[in-house]
Amino acid sequence: MIEVQHISKRFGDNLVLDDVSVKFEQGKTNLIIGKSGSGKTVLLKSIVGLHDIDQGKILYGDTVFNALNFKEKKEVRKEMGMLFQGAALFDSFTVEENVMFPLDMFTDQSQEAKLERVNFCLDHVNIKNANRLFPAELSGGMKKRVAIARAIALNPKYLFCDEPNSGLDPQTAIVIDNLIKEITEEFHITTIVNTHDMNSVIEIGDKVVFIHEGKKLWEGTNQDILNTDLRELNDFVFATSLAQKLKDPVHH
Amino acid sequence: MKFLEQAGKYFILLSQVFAKPEKIGIYYKRTIREIEDIGINSFGIVVIISLFVGAVITIQTNYNIENPLLPRYLVGVTVRDSLLLEFSSTMVALILAGKVGSSISSEIGTMRVSEQIDALEIMGINSASYLIMPKLIAAIFFFPILSLLSMFVGIFGGYLLCVLTEVVSPADYIYGIQYIFYPHYVSYALTKTVFYAFIIVTVSSFHGYYAEGGSLEVGRSSTKAVVHSSIIVLLANLILTKLILS
Repeated sequence: MIEVQHISKRFGDNLVLDDVSVKFEQGKTNLIIGKSGSGKTVLLKSIVGLHDIDQGKILYGDTVFNALNFKEKKEVRKEMGMLFQGAALFDSFTVEENVMFPLDMFTDQSQEAKLERVNFCLDHVNIKNANRLFPAELSGGMKKRVAIARAIALNPKYLFCDEPNSGLDPQTAIVIDNLIKEITEEFHITTIVNTHDMNSVIEIGDKVVFIHEGKKLWEGTNQDILNTDLRELNDFVFATSLAQKLKDPVHH
Repeated sequence: MKFLEQAGKYFILLSQVFAKPEKIGIYYKRTIREIEDIGINSFGIVVIISLFVGAVITIQTNYNIENPLLPRYLVGVTVRDSLLLEFSSTMVALILAGKVGSSISSEIGTMRVSEQIDALEIMGINSASYLIMPKLIAAIFFFPILSLLSMFVGIFGGYLLCVLTEVVSPADYIYGIQYIFYPHYVSYALTKTVFYAFIIVTVSSFHGYYAEGGSLEVGRSSTKAVVHSSIIVLLANLILTKLILS
């Protein structure tokens, strides 16, 4: 489980996160949603330690992550996997080398054992016969799947996904969403997904946290979100005319 | 004030670069790859430029010492000393600042803006050390070799010109090359080259590592890397020359 307690983050005079507290549960797909510029990416990057917070606590289990030194953080980070918005695969490495990279860095397994693990992870994300390809030769969806394979290579306890569906067609986006949910449930990990894709919210949002102007305004499940009275959340959830028609078919 | 802030960030980055590597074997493989990228791939440009510069110095020196009282072998002496003292270390370093420096800065800058460096950090890897240390070792090891290569090729360029045009007889040129040779000049040049390698790699990496934004900023950081490392190389040249030759 990951918990953030009263965290705040400022960039110059701009208060980007304002006293945010939330618990992200193990074995569930936890979604952070909000408009562009609401602070959700800063929240995710603060949780993984890419941004230092100004106030508050970030807890991984009982460990206060933001109080750890560089070396201690490294140990926690070995249990994290992250899928970045643009996949962030290493351009000069092949698919196989990308997935093998964390194994090379942090294990002393034989080459055969590492290769077996790489193929297992690639099979899991449904990537076949692409071991020798470079990231530039892959489609957007394939890049994301390879990035997920790399993220799970070391059996992480925590999986973070920043806008996993950005730049993908709706069908591929559903594939990625389902993959994230499957991996979360199968390996019983704590997954946090940062998204503004309402389809993801409905399909995989076991727990949804709504961030608005740096504040947490709402949290609940993907079922609760359709019946909320919170104006800001309704404006976000039912922003498209399609969503409005679904909510109120008579008047639209 | 901004200069102090930048200098502070540069030294913090250096402290991260010199931290203990996660896995020596991985660094070794990367260093071999960097030797190819930074060193071997620079052979061509160093050879071409040195060959022509050696020939041009021969023509210019001959043109400037037409006095019959001055021996012709002075052309060979001048070519040798010009190459050894200045061209094959400092001028080659400036050329490498353009070629290698911009390449390092744009490579690391692209990794920064495409979140590849964040990906390394998330995995618990010291990204500064992982990315910069192998480049630094490769450059410190290989820049002196490039400098030596430049000396030989530059002297050969002058000789080739003498053979082809006879502006000076090849025998006089060879005599001049051997005349009162101070081996100390070579060690002076190679010492400078090691410092230049350090400057070019660390300054260029610094600009790439802290690049922000998109491809435009990566291009800008690459330009800054070349300009700043060239200026610092010239400044270091002045200081090292004063220290070593005085």
